[in-house]
Amino acid sequence: MIELKSIEKVYEDGFQALKNIDLAFEDGKINVLIGPSGCGKTTTMKLLNRLVDYTGGEILLDGTNIKDVNPIELRRHMGFVIQNIGLFPHMTIYNNVAAVPKLLKWPKETIKERVVELLELVNLDPQTYMNRYPSELSGGQQQRIGVIRALAAEPSIILMDEPFSALDPISREQLQDELLRLQSEINKTIIFVTHDMDEALKIADQIILMKDGQIVQKGSPKEIIANPADDFVKDFIGEKRLAAEQELPPLDTFISESFVSIQKDRSTAEAIEQMTAHKITDIPVETEEGIYYGSINLYHALANRDKKLSDLIDSDTYTVENGTETQQVIKQLDGTYTTTPVIAEDGQLVGTLDPYKLLHEWHVMSETERGDQ
Amino acid sequence: MTLFQEYITYWSEDYTSILSYMYEHIIIALTVITLSVLFTVPLAIFMTKMKNELVKTIIFNIANVFQTIPTIALLAIVIPLLGIGFVPAVVALFLYSLLPLLRNTYAGMNSVDSEIIEAAKGMGYGTVQRLFKIELPVALPYVMSGIRVSSVYIISWTTLAALIGAGGLGDLILAGIGYNDTFMIFTGTFIAIIIAILLDVILGKVEKVIAYS
Repeated sequence: MIELKSIEKVYEDGFQALKNIDLAFEDGKINVLIGPSGCGKTTTMKLLNRLVDYTGGEILLDGTNIKDVNPIELRRHMGFVIQNIGLFPHMTIYNNVAAVPKLLKWPKETIKERVVELLELVNLDPQTYMNRYPSELSGGQQQRIGVIRALAAEPSIILMDEPFSALDPISREQLQDELLRLQSEINKTIIFVTHDMDEALKIADQIILMKDGQIVQKGSPKEIIANPADDFVKDFIGEKRLAAEQELPPLDTFISESFVSIQKDRSTAEAIEQMTAHKITDIPVETEEGIYYGSINLYHALANRDKKLSDLIDSDTYTVENGTETQQVIKQLDGTYTTTPVIAEDGQLVGTLDPYKLLHEWHVMSETERGDQ
Repeated sequence: MTLFQEYITYWSEDYTSILSYMYEHIIIALTVITLSVLFTVPLAIFMTKMKNELVKTIIFNIANVFQTIPTIALLAIVIPLLGIGFVPAVVALFLYSLLPLLRNTYAGMNSVDSEIIEAAKGMGYGTVQRLFKIELPVALPYVMSGIRVSSVYIISWTTLAALIGAGGLGDLILAGIGYNDTFMIFTGTFIAIIIAILLDVILGKVEKVIAYS
């Protein structure tokens, strides 16, 4: 847990780079610092490993003031990826990746295993690349090494200073995808600085938008797009992105209230009858009080006609909570079930999602979008 | 007798004195190179860490002044201060070699990409570790080229050390001029060139060994 409390940074010439920053970075998440150049995002990141010292306030790392920690020790336990890669040109890939473990005096065997493991993690064959020099690698490969070098000593916090901005668009996309894949495996606290809103929206769990040394807004990408704090934020996100995200009508519009359901104490035969009569393959099951209980699949029921209904209920089905944003629901629908139950906060079955209405809206929307261009 | 046979005879008669001139020459040159490297390289590194531009300018100007004094004049100046012989010759040549080494090492250290230094800092290299494991190895080609260039110069300038009684191949050349003996002049010059080339080759190998260690 990293907390910044009333942080101020005033340079010797009187320039105030940071004004009263209060901020908590979410553990195990990708925290993106974003803003126009000169907004203090990089300065904020460099405060954490004390490459820049603050002039007021305090920074707590798991409750310890970072000024009480030896900066060199502090840095060895934080990964650091810089913009222009910064691999050491006179060292082989092996030695580059092994740099921090060597500083920490890990045993040789452990270091070797770790380097091999990391190279495999980013799909670079260890035998081929270990003994090469950085100049023999492409830009994208070099930054992959830059990223795994930061991971080498298993830090819980990784600082990334515009790591992909010097890459071509294709490599950048690939590395963003790879970072997301890696993060799903390693769950580190990542502090990521960028000026690219697309990048931020793609990878961030939390976005911290800065301007003139102050935090303008922070929140998940969704929150920021849904409620931009002011015109600056709107400008920064861009009209087009705002429009694209907001055009979808709320979820209510897609709920079909004349849905078919079955009560938990009915028989299997009844359930089959209901489904065949309404031409659906899944039917939601509810209790007498109308609380959603699970779902019955037609094929499953047909195959097990002799069993009791309660034995056939699949309670792991995907449900949508009423009031969720449409965009998010669309992202999570995977088409396994034809019927998606919508439930209220208290567990009441409100209705089912009408995929035809949803498809229709989507179609209309993409039509207008195409018309705009 | 052909010229070549005469030259062979000259060698066979005088080889002991030729070799002792050569030995003196190498000793003077190596002493100067060693002292110069030991003094200049740390100074240049220190200067790259120095914030005060004025002090840097002053140091470079001092080194510049020594370089601009004609070699013969510099040797003459040290006589009233240190007398004649080995020590004044070494001192004069040392002062003379400061600039090329200082400039090259300084430029080499400054050539290290600031991104690399920032990465090293951010990864947790201490100041000394960073200097020896990152900055110096990266700057090594520049530093070594400075040492190689200066070494070749010093071998050549050492011939002038004979003027203040320090011996070396310069003695052979001066004697050759005195006796109007082409063989002596040629031999002195030729050996000086060979030493310079050999030293350059050796230092080139040393650079490779250090770079890959």
